[in-house]
Amino acid sequence: MKHKTFMAFIWPSLLAMTLFIALPILSVGYQSLFVEHEQILKTAETCGPFGCNSQVSIDAEAMAKQRAEQPAGRYNGLGTYTNASHLAFGEISEIVATSKDFNEIRNRIMNLPFYKALVFTLAYTFIVTPLVIVTGFFIAIVVDSIPKLFKGPVIFFSLLPMLVTPLVGSLVLFWMIDSRGIIGAALQALFDDPGLSLKASPTLTWITLFTYGVWHNAPFAFVVFYAGLQTVPKDTMESAMVDGASRWERIRFVTIPYLMPLATFIALMQLMDNFRVFEPIIGFSAAASATTLSYLIYNDLRAAESPLFGSAAATSMLTILGVVILLLPVLRRNWREFNRKS
Amino acid sequence: MSSPALRKPPSLVALSTAFVLFWLIVAAFPFLWTMWGSFKVEGDFFSRADWMNALTGPVTLKQHGSPFTLDGYEGAWIEQEFWKAVINTGIVTFFVVTISLTLGTLGGYALARSGYKYTFWLLMAALVFRAMPHVTLVSGYLLPFFQMNIWGYLPTTIIVLVAINQPFTLWMLHSFFLSIPKDLDEAAMVDGCTRFQAFRLAIIPVMWPGVITTGLFSFLLAYNDFTVTSMLLSQDNLTMIPKLNGFLGSTQEDGKVMYAVAAVVSAIVPLFVLILFFQRQIVSGLTAGAVKG
Repeated sequence: MKHKTFMAFIWPSLLAMTLFIALPILSVGYQSLFVEHEQILKTAETCGPFGCNSQVSIDAEAMAKQRAEQPAGRYNGLGTYTNASHLAFGEISEIVATSKDFNEIRNRIMNLPFYKALVFTLAYTFIVTPLVIVTGFFIAIVVDSIPKLFKGPVIFFSLLPMLVTPLVGSLVLFWMIDSRGIIGAALQALFDDPGLSLKASPTLTWITLFTYGVWHNAPFAFVVFYAGLQTVPKDTMESAMVDGASRWERIRFVTIPYLMPLATFIALMQLMDNFRVFEPIIGFSAAASATTLSYLIYNDLRAAESPLFGSAAATSMLTILGVVILLLPVLRRNWREFNRKS
Repeated sequence: MSSPALRKPPSLVALSTAFVLFWLIVAAFPFLWTMWGSFKVEGDFFSRADWMNALTGPVTLKQHGSPFTLDGYEGAWIEQEFWKAVINTGIVTFFVVTISLTLGTLGGYALARSGYKYTFWLLMAALVFRAMPHVTLVSGYLLPFFQMNIWGYLPTTIIVLVAINQPFTLWMLHSFFLSIPKDLDEAAMVDGCTRFQAFRLAIIPVMWPGVITTGLFSFLLAYNDFTVTSMLLSQDNLTMIPKLNGFLGSTQEDGKVMYAVAAVVSAIVPLFVLILFFQRQIVSGLTAGAVKG
């Protein structure tokens, strides 16, 4: 296809992606270098019959003017990146200097908002992803072995947790684990502890969120593996059987190696999706015990009086950096393949 | 298939049946439970006394004279004006699906038929774009949109969702067009068609299966979106999901959780219907990326 025809076909797509994906990333980078204007204060003297007193108040007019002149705020360089709510270099060196042992260092660093979110995001990504692959694989193996008649309905219900909006899905579960909901009440009865609440302790909240993650994502792995199972070569399977391989050995030495590329694909998709986990935190009202990088950004933009654009932008840049690091192996592999071809 | 080698021992059959049943309950029960419970009052769905109350509904019976009530739906749809959000969702999903499919088919076709190096780079860029957390992009939009005074309107959100959707749409349609033989449009061009005529006359008639599958996923993205819609729409223009999130704050404290429950069920039902009709396409779409790499 000629360059000109190619452009004629692709320009609307390219324009949309440039304007609303590439430029915003630049805009985030620019915004992260600025912080909100300081408040301009004015002193007004009010004199009454009992003498004068001066009152300090915010000069709304001057601030509005300043905002109109410099909408992004005042220049701060990399200050926002290193402040206490982001990378917090100052705080960390202080913590390391003043803490007694490693545990204390860890606990105090975990109280810094950025590191708290980063640790949870990474934990979620790297715990949920393997669990999803394993769970999905098991469901696929079992569903593949049931009579054909039941396969359709099973797949129908399996798709639900994945296709339902994360916020809606997490709310549905959240209401059930409420101490007055069915799962919450059942757990209380099971452990014979009327005070038990999954919302109370950070550890339980983490476990709840991981469980939600597996519940929400396992269907995806299941469907992909299930489709893969349909294409496992019959010849190989039969020769394994002739050689006397047991059921388990056939799965271990024929099915699993054959499905490995699919597992890589699922892992890639899951890493990307789990790294931006965000809605469950809202659905489970879990922000007190677990926050994620995306949630931090959302929270900054939702700040009560005025959005903290600078702070949100700095977290965004660090998140994008994380995504790129996560994708590097994939990009490198594609690059090698591409070079081999040309 | 009934050769003795393939016959399973009964213990294995029992085990796998139990596992399938267990998975079915895990996957479907929460939704059925919430749907059933949405027709009760709060005292039953969140019962302090006995969880069985959510099934039988004694409090609902006492308050309304029947074990089912539409109170939650009435409150959510009429009093809290959820119907407006439903209409907004309809508008947003319709336009997002139409526009992203139009742009996507053109772009995906070009990517599939051009052999130059830049197609590789475009596809890699699309992959990186697909991995961007949407909220990082939103923090880039807000300030410029405030400045340009286009914040809060449906068209802005539609365009943004279309753009966010493009990388995925391009990838999917690109691999779909690769599976349509090149000879088809090249034969048309030998017969004197221009590239665009060949696309219109030879490709469009055979591309619908792929377009429908891709369209389903565009629909899901627009329908399920929370990040973009909650940040970019003003209070009057909210779509279903952010509207529902609004129910959780103050409404929940007023003892009106059932409004939120009813709204959640209202948002789930269309997805139920969608899966019912398009199960095959959804499954094939999920696996398309995997099988073709």
